[in-house]
Amino acid sequence: MSSSRSEINENKDAVSHDSSDPLRPSDHVDGDDSVTQPRLGVVGWLRWGWRQLTSMRTALILLLVLAIAAIPGSIFPQRMADPNGVTQWERDNPDLFPVLDALKLFDVYLSPWFSAIYLLLFTSLVGCVIPRIKHHAKALQARPPRTPARLKRLADFRAVERATTDAATDAAATIDIAQKQLKALGYRVERYDSGRTFSVSAERGYWRETGNLVFHIALVGVLITVGVGGGFAYTGQRVLVEGETFANTLLDYDSMNRGRFVGDGALTPYSMRLDSFDVTYQPFGEPGSGQAGDFSANVTVGENGQERSGAVKVNHPLDVAGDKIYLLGNGYAPTITVRNADGDVVYKNSVPFLPQDNNLTSLGVIKVTDGMPEQLGLLGFFYPTTGVLESGAFFSAYGDLTNPTLTLDVYQGDLGIDEGTPRSVYVLDTTGMTKLTGRTTDVESIELTPGETADLPNGLGTVTFEDESPEGAADASQSVKRFASLQIHHDASSVWVLVFALLALGGLMLALFVPRRRVWVKAQAQGDAVALEYAGLARGEDPTLGAAVDDLVAGHARLLDAAGITTAVEPDADAAPDEVAVPEEAAVHDAEAGAAPDSAADPEEPGPSASDTPKVD
Amino acid sequence: MFELTVISPVLLWTAIAIYAASFVAFAFDLARRSQVSADAQTVREAELVGVGGRGGAALPASGTGLVADAPRRFVMARIGTSLMVLGFLFHFAATLTRGIHAGRVPWANLYEFAMIGTLLILAVYLVVLTRIDLRYLGTFVTGLVVVLLGLSATNFYVDVTPLMDPLKSIWLVIHVFVASLGTAFFALAFALSLLQLLQSRREHRLADGAEKTGPGFLRTLPASDRLESMAYRFAIIGFILWTFTLIAGAIWAQDAWGRYWGFDVKETWTFVIWVIYAGYIHARATRGWRGNPSAWLSIVGFTAVMFNFTIVNVFFKGLHAYSGLS
Ligand code: HEM
Repeated sequence: MSSSRSEINENKDAVSHDSSDPLRPSDHVDGDDSVTQPRLGVVGWLRWGWRQLTSMRTALILLLVLAIAAIPGSIFPQRMADPNGVTQWERDNPDLFPVLDALKLFDVYLSPWFSAIYLLLFTSLVGCVIPRIKHHAKALQARPPRTPARLKRLADFRAVERATTDAATDAAATIDIAQKQLKALGYRVERYDSGRTFSVSAERGYWRETGNLVFHIALVGVLITVGVGGGFAYTGQRVLVEGETFANTLLDYDSMNRGRFVGDGALTPYSMRLDSFDVTYQPFGEPGSGQAGDFSANVTVGENGQERSGAVKVNHPLDVAGDKIYLLGNGYAPTITVRNADGDVVYKNSVPFLPQDNNLTSLGVIKVTDGMPEQLGLLGFFYPTTGVLESGAFFSAYGDLTNPTLTLDVYQGDLGIDEGTPRSVYVLDTTGMTKLTGRTTDVESIELTPGETADLPNGLGTVTFEDESPEGAADASQSVKRFASLQIHHDASSVWVLVFALLALGGLMLALFVPRRRVWVKAQAQGDAVALEYAGLARGEDPTLGAAVDDLVAGHARLLDAAGITTAVEPDADAAPDEVAVPEEAAVHDAEAGAAPDSAADPEEPGPSASDTPKVD
Repeated sequence: MFELTVISPVLLWTAIAIYAASFVAFAFDLARRSQVSADAQTVREAELVGVGGRGGAALPASGTGLVADAPRRFVMARIGTSLMVLGFLFHFAATLTRGIHAGRVPWANLYEFAMIGTLLILAVYLVVLTRIDLRYLGTFVTGLVVVLLGLSATNFYVDVTPLMDPLKSIWLVIHVFVASLGTAFFALAFALSLLQLLQSRREHRLADGAEKTGPGFLRTLPASDRLESMAYRFAIIGFILWTFTLIAGAIWAQDAWGRYWGFDVKETWTFVIWVIYAGYIHARATRGWRGNPSAWLSIVGFTAVMFNFTIVNVFFKGLHAYSGLS
């Protein structure tokens, strides 16, 4: 309701030259109604197109299109968030995949169509905001508009009569007091006196438009800092086994994504050693049994020739030289030694095995490239707490090391790593290889517990599952090393993104909660009385305007009484609109009921099209 | 600790039962409103001509038989409200005992999200009731809460388990709470927008002089533009809370997952909801979109919120795997 009040402006003559109203797009509800015919010619059409783009309706439609366009990215797996999901989807739907991929449905947020939508939206935003900034800057310097001739016609109108002996003097005095009162309430005030009529015009709530502009500009700020910041950011991954050290150089990363402005020398030199990895498990029999938590990668960082220890935990990244180091994952890295028929060690390594389930059944690959008659590939499963199904298959019953087992299948042939094509260390491509153990062969898979050694088939040599337990260990709990998967992230812009986001939030609160309103108080000397008129006009949503005018009237009366200027008389029953007298609860409904659309239209009320917004160009 | 594991669900089911009773009372209230307004129609029609229409008033302004009738009229609404307060106390106790049992805030899995989310819807509603008479939303609020709580308590119930590492953060307390609070405001905005559409249909039919104008209780409700402005006020508070949720979520994601934004499924939907409500606010300020079209956006917005809360949590795969269901 208050909003429809805000559209009312019957004082066209009085305030039409006022420029303190925020400039709005031409189809804004408070905006300019005039239809502009596009002038013929390129320039005319360009101007017309620009006006369309920067109109409120276009902004709205682009917002809705943006919302819809974002949805497919939640339905189809996205390469940026879930690359494995994309591969899986391709495998499941080989026919449909190329079509959808061409439509960029697996890269929605980087796709040309998604980018087009938000770039158009932001162009519209900038085109919309710039003139409004200019306009608001002017409005901030302008004086409140002239008092309308007939305040009565405003929706929030109150009239009061006060008795006096010297009407002419007291009329002016009452307005002096109202002026001070309004000023104290934070209004900007201006006097408009003429003859025996005195009035003060007041306006407040400039912060509303300021907030709105700050909000919209801050959104542009977010977009720009995200875009530009990405160019200077880098994110790398590195898997570290307990005891291993990593040097912060491009070569030492498992994978690295860097923005286009990150040079080869951009990385700060430091080193990091994983000393130990902590984890606790919910014990058997308790709710959430087996759930792992309290992960902590305990590291030693070497920087500028000095060493310090630190810990990388979930929710607690470690800061090193402006980089943030995160814990992404963890698992077991069984230490495996392979010897050839002569007993020479041809392979020895702690190999990170990738967890496959919550109890850390893990999968890993060992590639023996040299020292054997042919290359060997071992495909291994690791079970930290081994259980046996009825079928004889192993499973892991618990994530911790209780009775670990490693099973291995041996493949012989060409590992395919000499061709120069990059191969994941976690994948064994068996196409050029012969399976020597396990299902489909006559030889059983190799099964090892820590410290055990088994013969490789065909007399190729031996394989040992090393026991890493410290001297004198009573159980298996430290028999296998753990690894931590770390992410090293550098993005100096993120703090600026946050600053702009918070600015947007602050601006939004101002824009939505600060009421923008005009108030007038007018006094006329009439015989031995002063006729006082009060009126309020909302600019935009303002549900509390009526109450504010009531408070103003009551406060003014108190001040006048205190100053001994004029005396109150019984209020004229007709003059006071019924809103004043209605108790709170009923007022909520009742105040509005009078203007309900199904009521007979009030002939005094002009349509919402009337507006005092100045023209845009 | 054994007792607490039993007490909390028992309290919750008691609350659900009381809410169901409250729902019935509110439904009777709506039916009674239709009745009363039908009885009064003849009287009021005469009045309408004279006064120029007070069609939207909940309390008729001047002395007809209706004023004397008013206290009796609201008996059912009173009972509904009282039951709701009683249910709220049980609900609050259930949530509290759950939190005490778990030794942390009671909003760390889907079952608990539902518990705190509905509790906040009621809290916001009851607080607002002390200032504005929104008892005509009673059926909606209790209905929504019974359905959400009932579904969650049967399908999403999980025992208290220790928090997963990513959830061990102050942001769990802030982010999830504010999101739930925002949802509560959106829910009330949604209900008001729905009524606004019904009311506006009735107003158009009245203007056309139609015989049938829809459900009778509408006659006792505020006019559609009054409903619209109330819906808007709830929606903007919800929107600000949602904006905060978005920012807080990004800060948390930066710590927990190493990036502040990655278009994870849940992030995407939070963003979509935010954009829809931004659209709603623009629609309210765009010529031709005020009124019914903007009300639809508020309805779509809350539908997306519910979708995000239920379907996305249960069926979509993403990093936000904290429903506690497996
Ligand atoms: C990224 C795109 C945009 C977003 C997310 C956005 C969001 C918002 C929000 C949340 C508000 C409410 C706060 C307020 O009333 O000040 C708002 C208001 C407003 N926006 Fe935008 N906006 C966007 C683009 C635009 C564009 C392109 C225009 C101009 C065509 C525009 C013009 C306005 C205007 C005039 C208001 C004031 C509405 C009123 O008087 O109630 N916005 N916007």
